[in-house]
Amino acid sequence: MKARHKRLVIIVAGLAVLGVALTLIFNAFNSNMVFFFSPSDVQAKQAPVDRTFRLGGLVEEGSLKREDDGLTVHFMVTDNANTIPVIYTGILPDLFREGQGVVAQGKLDAGGVFKASEVLAKHDETYMPPEVADALEKAKKQTSASISE
Amino acid sequence: MVPEIGHFALILALCIAIVQAVVSIAGAQLGVKSWVAIAKPAAQAQLVFVVTAFGCLMYAFIQNDFSVTYVAMQSNSMLPTVYRISAIWGGHEGSMLLWVTFLAVWTGAVAMFSKNLPDDMVARVIGVMGLVSAGFYMFILFTSNPFDRLLPPAMDGRDLNPLLQDPGLVIHPPMLYMGYVGFSVAFSFAIAALLSGRLDAAWARWSRPWTTVAWMFLTMGIGLGSWWAYYELGWGGWWFWDPVENASFMPWLMGTALVHSLAVTEKRGSFKNWTVLLAIFAFSLSLLGTFLVRSGVLTSVHAFATDPERGVFILILLLITIGTSLALFAWRAPKVGMGGKFHLVSRETFLLANNVVLVVAAAAVLLGTLYPLLLDALGMGKISVGPPYFNAVFVPLMAPAVFLMAIGPITRWKQANVMDMVSRLKWAAAIAIIMAIVTPFAMGEWGLLRPLGFALSFWVASAVVITLVERVQKVKGPGNYFSKLVGLPNSFLGMCVAHFGVAVFVMGVTMVTSYEVEKDMRMEVGDTVTMGGYTFQFNGVSKVKGPNYNANRGHIKVTKGDDLVTNLYPEKREYLVQTMPMTEAAIDTGLFRDLYVSLGEPVSGGAWSVRVYYKPFVDWIWVGCFIMAFGGFLAISDRRYRLVSKKREEEELAQAGEGVQGATAHKVATSEK
Repeated sequence: MKARHKRLVIIVAGLAVLGVALTLIFNAFNSNMVFFFSPSDVQAKQAPVDRTFRLGGLVEEGSLKREDDGLTVHFMVTDNANTIPVIYTGILPDLFREGQGVVAQGKLDAGGVFKASEVLAKHDETYMPPEVADALEKAKKQTSASISE
Repeated sequence: MVPEIGHFALILALCIAIVQAVVSIAGAQLGVKSWVAIAKPAAQAQLVFVVTAFGCLMYAFIQNDFSVTYVAMQSNSMLPTVYRISAIWGGHEGSMLLWVTFLAVWTGAVAMFSKNLPDDMVARVIGVMGLVSAGFYMFILFTSNPFDRLLPPAMDGRDLNPLLQDPGLVIHPPMLYMGYVGFSVAFSFAIAALLSGRLDAAWARWSRPWTTVAWMFLTMGIGLGSWWAYYELGWGGWWFWDPVENASFMPWLMGTALVHSLAVTEKRGSFKNWTVLLAIFAFSLSLLGTFLVRSGVLTSVHAFATDPERGVFILILLLITIGTSLALFAWRAPKVGMGGKFHLVSRETFLLANNVVLVVAAAAVLLGTLYPLLLDALGMGKISVGPPYFNAVFVPLMAPAVFLMAIGPITRWKQANVMDMVSRLKWAAAIAIIMAIVTPFAMGEWGLLRPLGFALSFWVASAVVITLVERVQKVKGPGNYFSKLVGLPNSFLGMCVAHFGVAVFVMGVTMVTSYEVEKDMRMEVGDTVTMGGYTFQFNGVSKVKGPNYNANRGHIKVTKGDDLVTNLYPEKREYLVQTMPMTEAAIDTGLFRDLYVSLGEPVSGGAWSVRVYYKPFVDWIWVGCFIMAFGGFLAISDRRYRLVSKKREEEELAQAGEGVQGATAHKVATSEK
C-alpha cells in the first residue's frame, strides 16, 4: 500500500511539473511569435500596429539615407508593388545593400514608418530569404493579375 | 581521373554498406556464424573506400581542379591551402561526404574496439550502422554528388564564403559532425538490443562510452560554433537561438539525458525502455538537424544556398528511421522488465528529474524551431520565434535542473536520507547564498536573475568540491590527498569535472548577460569612449592588403587610467572574388573580460561607425563547454572501459606491484553500484 502511495506521489508530482512547464512554454510561445509581412500586406493594413513583426522585401535602389549621427538610417523596403519606409539605428549587417533582399524586425509607428529594432544579416550574397522570395512572387502575381483585369 | 576514382569508390562503399547491413543483421537474427563474421571486415572495407573517396575530393581541392563543379563552387586558386581543405565541408555535397565518412569511421571504431562483445551483438550494431550508411550514400550519389564534372572547366573557382575562411570553421563542422554522427552508435546499440531482445545492463555498459564520446564531440562542436559566431560575425553575440544552432542543441539536450539515463540502466538496471527511446530520439534529432540545415526551409544566419529536393530525401530517410525504430520499440519494449525499484528520495529519482527536464527543454526547442515551418507548410502564414521565447522557456527549465545537479551525485542509489543530504550540502548552500549577494554587490549592480545565476554557479561548484572531498576521505590506505584524488575512478572524476564545467558556464552566462556594455557609435579620429574602466580611442583607418582581400584596418588604442592596455586593429575586409564585405572584429581576451571592437561603415569625413563592447567573463562560456567535454573524455578513460581482454586484465591485477592500487580502484568502481 505504501509503495503504491509513493508511486502515486511521484506520478502526480511529475505531471504537475510537466503541466507547469507546458503552460510556461505555450505562454512564452504565444507572446513571442513574430509574424512576417510583405510591404503589400502592410499597405493592406494586415500587419498589427502595436506588435513586433518582420517586414521583408528588397531595399529600394537609391532609398538609403543616413542621418548626421552616422548611425540612424532610412531606407525603403519594396516588393515591387508597394513600399514601406524603414528607420533603423545601429550598424547595418555587412551584406545589407540597395537592391538586395532584407528582413527587418520591429514595429509600425502611427505615421506608417517601420521602426526596425533588428536588421537581419545573411551569410551569402546570392542568398535570398525564402520569405522575401515568396513575397516578391506574390506581389508579382497580384500586379500581373490586376493588369490583365 | 582522380574524381572518377573517388566517385567509383563511393559507389563501392554503398554496395559494401548494403552487404554489411543485410548479411550482418540476417546472420545475427538467423544465427549463421559465417554471415555474422562478415560484419567487421565489411565495416573496415567500407571505411577504406569512403576514405579513398574523401581523399580524392581533398586532392581535387588542393590541386585546384576546377573541372569538378563542387571545387569550382567552393574554392579558388588564391585560397590558402588550409582553407582549401576546410572548403571540402564548406558546402552541401562535401559536408554530406564528411558525414558518411565519419559514420564509416565510427563503424570502423565499433568493429575495432568491441572485442569483448558477443559477435552477434557487434554484427547487429554494425548492420544497423550499415543501413544508415547506405541511406546516406544513396542520398549523396543520387542528389548531391561532389564529384560531378563541370564542362568546360572553370578558369578559376568562385571562392569559399569569406565567413568560412577562419580557423574556427576549420574544426567546428568536423567536431559537430563527429558528435551528430556519433549518436548513430548509441542508436545502433539500442536497435541491436531491441532486435536481439537482450536489453540489459551489459548493453548499457557497452553503449555508454560510445555515447559519451559522441556527446563530448558535440559539446566541443557547439562550443566552437558559438565561439566562432562571437568573434567572426562581428556583433559579439554568442548564441542566437538560430534554427541551425537549435538543430545541434536538440541532439545535445537529448544526448545529455541519454548519458545520464544510461548511467541508471548500467548501475541499477532501471529505465531501460526510456534509455532506448532516448537513444532513438537523440539520433533522430541529429538527422532532423541535418535535414533542417540542408533543406533550405529555414531563414537563418546559416542558410547558405540550399536545395529543397535534397531536403525531401533526408526527410524520407528521417521518417523511415524514426518510423521503423519506434515500431520495433513498440513491438519489443513491453517484454523488457522494469529493473530495480527505488524510493522517492534516491539518485534514480534525481536522474529521472534531470531526464524529464532535458527532454522537455528539447521539446520546447523543437516546438520553437518546427512550428514556424509547420505553419508555413500549411500555408497559414509565416512566423518566426525569436530569442525571447527560448530565453523565457529555458531559464525556468534549466534553473531547477542545475539546482538538482548538485544534489544528484551525493545521493545514494535506491534510497537516500534527506537529513543526511542536508547536512552534507549545508556548506554549499551557505556559499551559494553568500556569493549570490556578494557578487552583484562587487560588480556594482543588482538585478532580478543575477543572484539566481551566481547562486546556482557557486552551488554546483561547491557541491562538486564536497562530493570529491567526501570521496577522497573514504579511500583508505596510504598516500596523500592528491594521489588519492587521482586514484579515484575516472568515470567519477569525469562526472565531477563535467558538472564543474556547467558551473563555469553558468557563471559566464550570468556575468556577460548582466554586466556587458555594448555601444554602437560614430567616432571621429581622436574620439574616445569609456566603458568598464577602459578608455577606447579611435585613431583612424588605414588600408591593408591580404592574400585574397583588401581591408580597411582601424586602430583603436585602449587605456586604463594612464596605462596602455592594448592596441586593437579591427578590419573591414572586401573579398576579391565574392566581392563580399566582411567585418573582422578585434578582441582583447582576458580571464575576466573581453574588449571587443568592430568597424561598421565609413560615415563622413574620416569618421566611422564603430561597435565597442565590454564583455565580462564571456570566455567562461566556452571554457565551461570545454571543461564539460574534458569531463566526458575523463569518463571514457575509466579503466573498466579499457580495451584489454578480460584475461589480460586479470593478469594485470595479479601482478603484485600494481595489484593493490588497481584493486582499490576497482573496488571503488564497483562500490559505486
